[in-house]
Amino acid sequence: MFAIRISAPERATPGEIVELKALIRHPQESGFRLNARGVPIPRDILTRFVCLYNDQQIFAANLYPGVSANPFLSFHTRATRTGTLTFRWTDQDGESYEDSVELVVA
Amino acid sequence: MSLIRAAALGLLLGLAGCTDTPSPDPDPSTHGEAGTGWTALPADDLQSGYAFLQPDTQALQDDDFSNPGYLWVDRGAQLFATSEVGEPSCASCHGAGDAALAGVAARFPKVDPSSGALINLEGRINLCRERHQNRSALAYESEALLGLTAYVAEQSRGMSLAPDRSAPAMALAETGRDYFFTQRGQLNLSCHQCHDQSWGKRLRGDTISQGHGNAFPAYRLEWQSLGSLQRRLRDCDTGVRAEPLPYGDQVYVAVELYLAQRAAGLDIETPGVRR
Repeated sequence: MFAIRISAPERATPGEIVELKALIRHPQESGFRLNARGVPIPRDILTRFVCLYNDQQIFAANLYPGVSANPFLSFHTRATRTGTLTFRWTDQDGESYEDSVELVVA
Repeated sequence: MSLIRAAALGLLLGLAGCTDTPSPDPDPSTHGEAGTGWTALPADDLQSGYAFLQPDTQALQDDDFSNPGYLWVDRGAQLFATSEVGEPSCASCHGAGDAALAGVAARFPKVDPSSGALINLEGRINLCRERHQNRSALAYESEALLGLTAYVAEQSRGMSLAPDRSAPAMALAETGRDYFFTQRGQLNLSCHQCHDQSWGKRLRGDTISQGHGNAFPAYRLEWQSLGSLQRRLRDCDTGVRAEPLPYGDQVYVAVELYLAQRAAGLDIETPGVRR
């Protein structure tokens, strides 16, 4: 269960700066911790986040073991035309989780 | 070992340094505990744990989007509406919509009329599953139980705690009160000594809160996860090096009831964010 929460305005005027927020449920296990028996807990992290606006990349981030669990990202973009905003996270094994929202620009 | 001992000593010294011995009060009627000289928390000075947080953490709780506790609330909403084949979902009885159970969490823990046992919100959800949905009880701290509890409690967000004060509940709350006032663990501390007598003082770089449970299940930054009030109680017990009780123990539920009565009047903040 990878819950994702996205916050983006539904409508914007052309040229408007909009704030996008994205939160994903993920343990971001750093790989440096030991369990109760002293055995290292294997690393399990998201390594990459990208945001696409009509399939064009507008924001990307590399995530490392120092990033907290359930990482929260907030950034801005300029609304240019009506389209789809896709938020995609990729974990260390290449598996990806994504969600998208529609933005109406008028 | 020596490190642990040094840390324990440091904690004791830290507390001893900042905890004045309770000053003898000439008027015994103001004593919270007759004959002990201990003073209970004044009812007109209740402060939610929120008041002791850093502004950044407060902002995290205030923003319904960035509050990570809402990840569990969302999950609970899905589970509330889902049913297994041939069995009712939670929503089939309680109604759909995000306010179907508004105000309910404020009245827990309470005495279950049919069994006479004290149950908290988690226990009530599990009773519903067993009695009406023909499903097995969910484990404490499982994603599903945390989600459902957070979803139901979130509907009472902003409402005042209105705990059960019926005669059987008061008798059970007495057990919780005893636990609260009993010194335990290698550090020999009671809940009362930190959360009634020393709140507002510093302990290991943190400010001691009054120990209210009105934000739980809460997202603790230390856990990087949502957790129940009982998980918090177990952490405090472990913190004073006492053996924590198992999850769901009746004594812990009684402590939850005592805490709810002690915090009566504070608003529910679930899902809160705590350090």
